Amino acid sequence: MIDLAFLIPLFPLAGFLLLFFFGRRLGEPVAGWVATFFCGFSFVTTALVFIGLAGEPSSERFHVQKLFTWISVGSFEVDFGLLVDPLSITMCLFITGVGSLIHMYSIGYMHGDPNFSKFFVYLNLFVASMIFLVLSDNLLLTFLGWEGVGACSYLLISFWFDDAANATAGKKAFVTNRIGDVGFMLGTFLLFTSLSSINYEDILTRSDELTPQVASIVAVLFLLGAAGKSAQLPLYVWLPDAMAGPTPVSALIHAATMVTSGVFLLTRLNPVLAQAETWTGGVIAWIGALTALFAATVAVAQTDIKKVLAYSTVSQLGYMFLAIGVGAYVPAIFHMITHAFFKALLFLGSGSVIHGLNGEQDMRRMGGLQKYMPVTAFTFIVGWLAIAGVPPFSGFWSKDEILLYTWDADIAGGKALWVVGIVTALLTAFYMTRQVILTFFGETRYFQPTNEEIQQAWANRVDSVRSDAAGHQEAFAKLEAATEKALADVAKREAAVAKSSEDLISAELAVASASESDDGYEKLTKALDKATKAGPKAETALSKAQEKVEAARDAQRESEEELISVQAQILEVENLANRVEVSNAPVTAGSAGPDISEIEDYLPESYTDRQDSEPHESPATMTVPLIVLAALAAVAGLLNLPFAKSTHFLEHWLEPSLFGNEHHLSSSGATKWGLAIFAIACAATAIFAAFSVYRNNRVDPSKIELDGMANAWWVDQSYADFFGGPGRALFNLFAWFDRTIVDGAVMGFSKGFSWFGRSMKLLQPGLVRSYALGIAVGSILIMSWFIGRIY
Amino acid sequence: MYSFLAAEAEKVDSFSLLPAMIAVPALTAVVIALLPKSRADYLKLAALVGSTIAGAMSFYMLIKFQVNGDFQFVTKQDWVPDLGLSLFFAVDGISLFLVVLTGLLFPIAILTTEPHHDPKPYYVWLMLLMAGSLGAFMALDLLLFFLFFEVVLVPMYFLIGGWGHGNRVYAAMKFFLYTMAASALMLVGIIGLAFASADATRADGTRLGITFDVVELAENHTLGTTASTIIFLTFALAFAVKVPLFPFHTWLPDAHTEAPTAGSVILAGVMLKLGTYGMLRFGLYLFPTVVRDLAPIFLTLGVVGILYGAAVATMQKDLKRLVAYSSVAHMGFIVLGIFALNSQGLEGAVLQMVNHGISTGALFILVGWIYERRHTREIAALGGLQKSAPKMAAVFTIVMLSSLGLPGLNGFVGEFLILLGAFSSAQWWAVLAAFGVILAALYLLWAYQRSFHGPASGDNATMADLKLSELLGIAPLIILIVFLGIYPQPVLDRISPAVDRLIEHVDSRVDDYEEQEPVPTDRTGADGLVAVAEKIHAEAKDGHSEDEDHSDEESQGDGGTESAEAESTERSAAEISEEDSE
Repeated sequence: MIDLAFLIPLFPLAGFLLLFFFGRRLGEPVAGWVATFFCGFSFVTTALVFIGLAGEPSSERFHVQKLFTWISVGSFEVDFGLLVDPLSITMCLFITGVGSLIHMYSIGYMHGDPNFSKFFVYLNLFVASMIFLVLSDNLLLTFLGWEGVGACSYLLISFWFDDAANATAGKKAFVTNRIGDVGFMLGTFLLFTSLSSINYEDILTRSDELTPQVASIVAVLFLLGAAGKSAQLPLYVWLPDAMAGPTPVSALIHAATMVTSGVFLLTRLNPVLAQAETWTGGVIAWIGALTALFAATVAVAQTDIKKVLAYSTVSQLGYMFLAIGVGAYVPAIFHMITHAFFKALLFLGSGSVIHGLNGEQDMRRMGGLQKYMPVTAFTFIVGWLAIAGVPPFSGFWSKDEILLYTWDADIAGGKALWVVGIVTALLTAFYMTRQVILTFFGETRYFQPTNEEIQQAWANRVDSVRSDAAGHQEAFAKLEAATEKALADVAKREAAVAKSSEDLISAELAVASASESDDGYEKLTKALDKATKAGPKAETALSKAQEKVEAARDAQRESEEELISVQAQILEVENLANRVEVSNAPVTAGSAGPDISEIEDYLPESYTDRQDSEPHESPATMTVPLIVLAALAAVAGLLNLPFAKSTHFLEHWLEPSLFGNEHHLSSSGATKWGLAIFAIACAATAIFAAFSVYRNNRVDPSKIELDGMANAWWVDQSYADFFGGPGRALFNLFAWFDRTIVDGAVMGFSKGFSWFGRSMKLLQPGLVRSYALGIAVGSILIMSWFIGRIY
Repeated sequence: MYSFLAAEAEKVDSFSLLPAMIAVPALTAVVIALLPKSRADYLKLAALVGSTIAGAMSFYMLIKFQVNGDFQFVTKQDWVPDLGLSLFFAVDGISLFLVVLTGLLFPIAILTTEPHHDPKPYYVWLMLLMAGSLGAFMALDLLLFFLFFEVVLVPMYFLIGGWGHGNRVYAAMKFFLYTMAASALMLVGIIGLAFASADATRADGTRLGITFDVVELAENHTLGTTASTIIFLTFALAFAVKVPLFPFHTWLPDAHTEAPTAGSVILAGVMLKLGTYGMLRFGLYLFPTVVRDLAPIFLTLGVVGILYGAAVATMQKDLKRLVAYSSVAHMGFIVLGIFALNSQGLEGAVLQMVNHGISTGALFILVGWIYERRHTREIAALGGLQKSAPKMAAVFTIVMLSSLGLPGLNGFVGEFLILLGAFSSAQWWAVLAAFGVILAALYLLWAYQRSFHGPASGDNATMADLKLSELLGIAPLIILIVFLGIYPQPVLDRISPAVDRLIEHVDSRVDDYEEQEPVPTDRTGADGLVAVAEKIHAEAKDGHSEDEDHSDEESQGDGGTESAEAESTERSAAEISEEDSE
């Protein structure tokens, strides 16, 4: 059955080719199922090979299967060859197993994506590369897988390429990994020049031919490679950004499989590490421990659900490096497996949450989701218990082993490493509890208005007050016009009164000057009468008009007052709106959300729509993998129980791959129990602390989530500043140097020639006479030289 | 198919394959020149047919090639016997794939691109260029090689100057003058070498006479260190400019950028290889000891080229210029491999010449297509092309990954072998060079991101994707990129024996040289070139003075070293150089 090994990489490769050429035609969801089945076939094959391998005596569990010669030049020869041994098959089992589940999950998660089939093209290629990485029988084919998974990671991170941030994250991942890859390549070269072979068979059996010095350099070079791929300090910066990819990618590549390649590589090369000087183990352990602690502190203050898990992954990988450093290869692989289960589970769970919340990734916008997504919540809680180190869930067993070996390690500063390890464990339990509370318990903040919506609502309210004021302004203007009109009326009336008194006077004069005897006297007296009567009439009209003016003025004043008050209101509302802060404060489960009584009626549609659409549980293609992974995360501890020699299944299984380089525990049983109980107590304390902060509001979370943590201690930022600043300037200097100095010298040289040419032109004026003269002089000179030689 | 070809080959054993391969494109040029200008459609067809026949002949040669280190398909005829000139064509594992590459790239370049005007002279020049390039890789007569080496400049000059973009006249002139000036001294070197070696004797005691036969010269010339160094340097300058090696590279970005697409493809894919091929065939083969002594200089220039070329490429704003600078970096790798002077380095270098031709050729075709569609090469003006042209994006991605040396694709195998070889013989240079792979990822991915990723707007959103004919045109290159990455062994198997033979030759030469060292008998040393004049004199007086030759031989001490030579062949150049450095 072991001969079937070649099918393990072949299936996903076939799936890749099939989908590459026909994926678009197969479409959704067939393309996804095809990919899933090819990955599944690979898992079944691996299981068969595993059974075959387990059936052999442990000393014979080492098979090389050559497919064909890849590169053979002089003394250098490498094959496309597979090495089937317990380590490689263990890796293949969980890569293809977890891989198949994630393939299936993706069918649901990528539903409706325009590039649905392309996603599965990349995913199958990734699995094939990953299998070559672990199943290779030489360093070069491992490197093919190593860079292959890096390329797939690049393609998948930038899968949604129209967002510049995703594209940048993909590029960053590839380039950062390449820094590590230089270490890998140089390590390969050094091994080749020292051992004349880079086949594992030779390296593993002949590593004692290396001098400790060379072995140390080799170890450090491969450590550099491993630190790149497994996101350790100082090369971890790409992994948090890699969360830009679709969530199944984060689960498969950036949690369960690819990022563990570094741990695998160092485990694979354990005889070389054993041959190296002792300080190399210390370097590996310290890099691991510091990475674990560093990333755990950062995870505490992240608000993006996937960023928490990303930093958590960096931190857990640090544990594995710590284990390698202290010679605890089995615990490293053990933790790698349990981590693959629970971290894949957590990522897929977070993907299910994101899917159910229409793309929301901010935990401040979650909470109370267990009501809406019970399966996701339940499985996520299993994952949480596993990673937090709660027995009997799997994470407890593997992490405890690492801490035990660290305590027991005979390298300098071993106990300090243990302290770092236990503090990290505390932090892990704390931030994961925080995540579970913020996501699944308490208020459903999803319904609360977002910062943007609140800002929008205030803007709406300001607008509405403003339009209100505009109405008032209009009314006021009308009233003003009315007053004007009334005033004009008064003026008219006043003129009428004046005219009537004039009329009266002229009538009186006329009467006085005339005599009664006159014919017209009677007429005049009549006119006088009329004029006398008209006077009071006009005056009455005037006073009426004046009254009207008063009334108009009153109305105007009233309106003006109203207008002023409305304007004051605008200022007030604007002030309020300006004072609304974008609240980025940490939240807890009970956070009631912002006070919206002032703006309730002004909230935008997105808010009101959301009130009607509840978060929903994901489809079965997504929940089934969750349930399977939850079961695995719960019980995977069974692989290597510490109670008796006979329950160390994984240790016995991996023995042939470790060549006796596994550290031998010297601690007593009491110490083991003491450490385990202490670790459980720490986890319990951290969980309790997280509950009291985030569930019961006993402590203000902003006192815990420091700025430095939220900004990842500014490491990434300083890299960016450096490469964007001096780095870029240096490259620009090169470009300038090339244009100005190097090319300038060439052009200067040619200008010199053209000057020379122009000068020489003077010697060739085109006059036959002067040429003839030249020929004559030349001939004479040559002839005299010959004559001189003869005599 | 194969047996049929084999049977045919039996019949035409006397048929001179190599000269015929040169003649086909040359005659095609004549035919095109005779075709009426109005039938533009026939012009391309004729060029395509002519180049494809030559290409098919090169594949036929590949199939018939015996896996051994000998020169094969030898055609040797006196040309101007009085001057020692001969028509000497042959290929071995080193030139084999360069000939095939030439036979492959020309039809593809013709198929995938169109001249914008005057197709007739365009295709005439292209066909002449093909004939010249093939000739240069096949010629084993120094003067004949030089002739081809220079002749290819003319069509390329006209192609750039006539069908190029923007600043084409400047670029063409710069290309022509720079490479011409640098190779002028090589002619002096060639003649000097031939004359200075005229008195050397063969193993059977016969006198060499004036000959430009590379094999004869390499096996028998007895130039001293100084003369060898001077002549080598005249060669090296010509080749360094052609490669181009830092700091002689500034003609390249201009020429590449302004050339029409087909010109860029051929320039990068074929013509640059004349430089590295020359270094191997006419540098290392003729002057092993000098090459070994001067290797640190070339290793350094190679490494500088790798890092510096990549750094400058990163900051380019023009996509085509960026690819041009990436060539500087890639050719630096090839030079590094050559001067590593061991089998991994040399085989890696030969393989990488082929790989670079394929990958960079494909890159130039792709950039040309983008330019055809968008009328700009400005990276800042592009963006989001993956949305409008997913097929082009896929092809570009594969080619880009090949160019940055992703394992599983062709670029990696050569690069890895070069670095491995260099690490064995020149560790620290290899360590520095390895950092070039980071920069390669940086400039290529960044360029890809800015051109293909991000939101698409304006003309970028509506750019046409690849047509089926275009996909088919570039498909052979893509297939080779994958095939040579997964299964390069058939190619390496054919390169190996020739490289081994070359290394054997180098080792024996170096051993001789080291045995001579204690008693320097540098007859043609310091005044080697001056001696040429005396020789001409002596030649004229008495060309057959056996006595004189015999005394020469003795003074060289050659006779006694033959058995030592045989013993020492097992030692690799690497070991020797290691010993030296201790």
